[in-house]
Amino acid sequence: MSQEIKTFTISVYTENNIGLLNRISAIFQRRHINIESLTTSQSEIKDVNRFVIVVKITEDHAIKVVKQIEKQVEAIRAYYHTNEETIFTESCMFKIKSNLLFEEPQIQNLIKESHARIVTVNKEFFVLEKTGRRHEIEELREAFNAYGIMQFVRSGRIAVTKDEMKVSELLEAFKNQ
Amino acid sequence: MNTDTIKKEKNTSAKAERITGSEAIIRCLIAEGVKTLYGYPGGAIMPVYDELYKYQDRIHHVLTRHEQGAAHAAQGYARISGKVGVAMATSGPGATNLVTGIADAQIDSTPLVCITGQVPSPLLGTDAFQETDIVGISTPVTKWNVQVTKAADIPEAIAKAFYIAKSGRPGPVLIDITKDAQFEEFDFIYEKCTGVRSYNPVPKTDINTVKAAAALINAAKKPMIVWGQGVILGKAEAELKAVIEKSGVPAAWTILGASAIPTAHPLNIGMVGMHGNYAPNKLTNECDVLIAIGMRFDDRVTGNLSTYAKQAKVVHFDIDPAEINKNVKADVAVLGDSKESLALLLSELNENTHDAWHQEFKALYAIEYDTVIKGDILPEKEGLTMGEVLRQINTYSKGDAAIVSDVGQHQMIACRYAEFNRSKSNITSGGLGTMGFALPAAIGAKMAAPEREVVAIIGDGGYQMNIQELGTIFQQKVPVKIVVLNNEFLGMVRQWQQLFFDKRYASTEMTNPDFVTIAKGYHIEAKRVTKRDELEAAIKEMIASKSSYFLEVCVEKEDNVFPMIPSGASVSDVRLS
Ligand SMILES: Cc1ncc(C[n+]2csc(CCOP(=O)(O)OP(=O)(O)O)c2C)c(N)n1
Repeated sequence: MSQEIKTFTISVYTENNIGLLNRISAIFQRRHINIESLTTSQSEIKDVNRFVIVVKITEDHAIKVVKQIEKQVEAIRAYYHTNEETIFTESCMFKIKSNLLFEEPQIQNLIKESHARIVTVNKEFFVLEKTGRRHEIEELREAFNAYGIMQFVRSGRIAVTKDEMKVSELLEAFKNQ
Repeated sequence: MNTDTIKKEKNTSAKAERITGSEAIIRCLIAEGVKTLYGYPGGAIMPVYDELYKYQDRIHHVLTRHEQGAAHAAQGYARISGKVGVAMATSGPGATNLVTGIADAQIDSTPLVCITGQVPSPLLGTDAFQETDIVGISTPVTKWNVQVTKAADIPEAIAKAFYIAKSGRPGPVLIDITKDAQFEEFDFIYEKCTGVRSYNPVPKTDINTVKAAAALINAAKKPMIVWGQGVILGKAEAELKAVIEKSGVPAAWTILGASAIPTAHPLNIGMVGMHGNYAPNKLTNECDVLIAIGMRFDDRVTGNLSTYAKQAKVVHFDIDPAEINKNVKADVAVLGDSKESLALLLSELNENTHDAWHQEFKALYAIEYDTVIKGDILPEKEGLTMGEVLRQINTYSKGDAAIVSDVGQHQMIACRYAEFNRSKSNITSGGLGTMGFALPAAIGAKMAAPEREVVAIIGDGGYQMNIQELGTIFQQKVPVKIVVLNNEFLGMVRQWQQLFFDKRYASTEMTNPDFVTIAKGYHIEAKRVTKRDELEAAIKEMIASKSSYFLEVCVEKEDNVFPMIPSGASVSDVRLS
């Protein structure tokens, strides 16, 4: 088993219950695994949530953590994947002073080149939203930094996997038991 | 609640009845077959106690003297009977007092349903009187937990709780019920839970893994079995016995596996682990195939993992996929219920006797007998030993007693020397090592199995951690036998101080009260033994007694338990002195 530390995306399908977030994050905390990011949302299945958790650990660790998550009664299935096995993205928002938009022509170019989207503009500030890979977001942040950013926020990773998850089949099988 | 997520036994005959949440709780417990529960009342659970009063002819609530006692009593009840133990407490301190017992049940896979009262739901999050986030606190130490704020959710929560607690690898669950939900009326109907869609309690056994396991075992020259509590929890004692008798494989046990196969069985080669027997520890590092059955390679069993059974192929039978490759890499893993997987294994095994291999165990046993066991159970020195007390208990209980031990030297001695004819007879806190476990656990065990002799073996330290439960024994007239092995020390810690801290006995010496007087204060018959010639008669009298009985045996103060694998050392470095 590889002892190399890699980025893994852990995907968890769960029931939609309060408290599960606690249970799942405790599994990482107990093992001193830093969660790089954690996102939860509705999944493709009605009333089923999906957690996307990014961690930097060995594959050996990833296997063990996934088993511990699956052991939780209300976790339906858990998987781990490498970057190559997933399609993933992050998104971010910038709040920037509006006058810069007019005084600094470079800013308009930056927006255009980076495919960022203007969400809103008013007299005082404008808000940009950008979706992409971490390095793209970081590049943009650095570029804007030179002019001053009023607020910056970045989401955790969201990811879908290239292979099938087969969670619906599992739930279907339970129904027909 | 989203009811599509669970399966229920349809209860078509029953008509919904309009009752309160608190009455529903009692009705649910009765429907689950609960006859006895342990607990302690308080503000947030009072409506439920009011119903317990009304239903007292159908369900027996035992008032312990501390909520920790209630949790451990429920554990003892569960461990001896295989049924779900039930404990109840009020919010805040009542709930937090349960936590040690819950954690103990979690690590020792004991089915427990704990019900706590909670402040009324409008007060949640306001730091109300006796509000604690018990769901948050208990999350890491429960198999499942939930807070209920509406009466209508109570039946499903309780149904799910019982199903989860007892299915698959058992464990504790906690239901926290707000006081307003207890008062609220709703249309009650109870349907037992038969499945939870996100939860697969028993993975299917793959026959190919069984065949691969059998091939390794059949080809082995020096195979060795180590079984754990999974055999008992899976009710697979007969299957295990058949497997070892057909294959001739010597079989050792972990503390929690003790008693699944009678002590006297010729293929039973004793206990593994820190204070286990010499032969199975030593030969763990010489066997060619190690067959682990329903055990989890705890560090107290394996010692240093990097030198544990490295020469052996490992076959691991377990119900919990998370145990496979957790500590020890398995060459073959057989998932599933032990009763089923061992039955499948049996038909794949060749008959064998492994006579020469058994001789190796016998030779090492002889060394252990001469250097350790003889001095423990047949001492020639003046002071009394813990081992001779166990020998006398064996003699007078004829191996039929359930031994409930606390934590420390006396526990190791009890596990090493108690003789068992029947399964579910060694009740002790293995994984958590909770001092204070034995006295309340013995109460629960005796109440669950009144026909059995239940003997608690406790140190003078641990006894004082839940000594208040003598009150429960007195009030409920529970005829347990209590043996305190008094060495006037926190013996196990003192042993480590002697061996590893140059005899600096920091805070391990105990100035003890008069235990006999205390027991008598609770109207429990009590005796103290200080000399060898008094011991046998006292034990005889204790076992013969029909009521509860307290026996203090003043043993040698600075005896040590051997063999011992010092922590961090290899199993093959087990020390005899
Ligand atoms: C609640 C708790 N606190 C502390 C310990 C640490 N500990 C393990 S054994 C032991 C000594 C037990 O002394 P005693 O009950 O007198 O039994 P003996 O070892 O002398 O037989 C202690 C303090 C523990 N296991 N549990």
